[in-house]
Amino acid sequence: MLKRTPLFETHVSLGARMVEFGGWEMPVQYSGIIDEHQAVRQSAGLFDISHMGRFIVRGPDAEAFLQYVATCDVAAIPFGQATYGLLCRPDGTIVDDIFVYRLDDEFLVVVNASNLDKDWAWLGEHTSGFDIEIVDRSERWATLAFQGPAAEALLSAAEDSSTDDLAALPFHGVAMTTLFGVTTLIARTGYTGEDGFEIFFEAHHAPLVWHRLLALGVPGSVKPCGLGARDSLRFEPCLALYGHELNDTINPYEARLGWVVKLAKGDFVGREALAQIKATGPTRRLTGFELVDRGVARGDYPIHTVEGQPIGFVTSGMPSPTFGRPFGMAYVPTAFSVEGSAFDVLIRDKPVRARAVKMPFYQPQYKKK
Amino acid sequence: MSLNIPADLKYSTSDEWVRVEGDELVIGISDFAQDALGDIVYLELPKVGDTLAPGAAFGAIESVKASSDLLAPVGGEVVAVNSALDHNQEPINQDPYGAGWLIRIRPDGASEELLDAAAYTTYCEGRAH
Repeated sequence: MLKRTPLFETHVSLGARMVEFGGWEMPVQYSGIIDEHQAVRQSAGLFDISHMGRFIVRGPDAEAFLQYVATCDVAAIPFGQATYGLLCRPDGTIVDDIFVYRLDDEFLVVVNASNLDKDWAWLGEHTSGFDIEIVDRSERWATLAFQGPAAEALLSAAEDSSTDDLAALPFHGVAMTTLFGVTTLIARTGYTGEDGFEIFFEAHHAPLVWHRLLALGVPGSVKPCGLGARDSLRFEPCLALYGHELNDTINPYEARLGWVVKLAKGDFVGREALAQIKATGPTRRLTGFELVDRGVARGDYPIHTVEGQPIGFVTSGMPSPTFGRPFGMAYVPTAFSVEGSAFDVLIRDKPVRARAVKMPFYQPQYKKK
Repeated sequence: MSLNIPADLKYSTSDEWVRVEGDELVIGISDFAQDALGDIVYLELPKVGDTLAPGAAFGAIESVKASSDLLAPVGGEVVAVNSALDHNQEPINQDPYGAGWLIRIRPDGASEELLDAAAYTTYCEGRAH
């Protein structure tokens, strides 16, 4: 039985196309992936991301515990702010990529839907010696992503809300905010490469908040979006997706996420192995590419040298809606990760020439002060 | 979703349609197929003069999200390809049985088992959510 978010009936009644994703029955598209993609790049789009895992970590040792299991510097997160981090194994491979919010006396940890059970077990295995409690809020809370350059202005003008000073909320800041009379946590974050917000609140308010967000501005200002556009929007700025760029056998330096690994913060799970990998340098690296010849690269397609030797694999690839041509990301040996390197992608068993390019393909338009 | 499945065409179980025009056949993808793929942004078609074997791939069609092989419902020689689709594949989504046609062939008699419109309608309904 597939799991459903509190908005399942809403998506179906609005005509969304539903698909299975990570054990969930989710909308893959509303008006169409390209239309939704452009709406988020140019105006605003609304996503149901209530499938994501959301844990509260609290207790006297909450900070010390998260500092021990995550690669980011949890002690350095200011009150009311968040940071991106990784859970790594002792050998440096990635259990999951996460977002950690410092709230009032507790932390909110947002994890991938497909990894919820694995993360819950992993965190549970490391609590020994820490006076903490981990509470799963994944079913009790709904979460919406409201993304795009118009999101701030639209949200600031919402009625029955305390959002009028949202412009002051910093990048990765989070605040308890009333929205349409509902108490919510609003965070300036997202997964689209645009400015935007993620909004957390009690699940039973989900249809009300969803409909009222869609009604902001003039008709059409806000488009409902599905997972298809979520994927194309995160792909262009090269934001990693677990199961593609990240998995149980990849380490952060391979994934170009060394900046998320704070070796100087003290002991944490995986630190020794990660210090070693950093010192020697990764043997393969996530590499962006464009296709020189015609074709579209997709996840799992093999990468060969131009002489035909297998050297890697594609993690994600698609025709970019913003640029109108296909790009991809792949793991290749470090020597091939240099901009301008040539290699072949095997598309339906046929080698198609590709060229390594700079990542990200699309420069994120975050509102940073 | 209401599907457009013209009664005068034959359909393959891989969602191509075939229309008889004189002693030639026109081939495209069905409304069900274009709807399932979403906005089509890339197309690879054979060249005039290529020979198609029934059931074998004769090209590829891609949306942002998905990639799909085009499978030949019938065998024969390609006598024309819809070059209007080279730089704009929108007609495949908007008019899959008209401006979105893909190729025209001279059949050699070999064929996959094809469905009539009624059987294809049942086949599509069985896969719709």
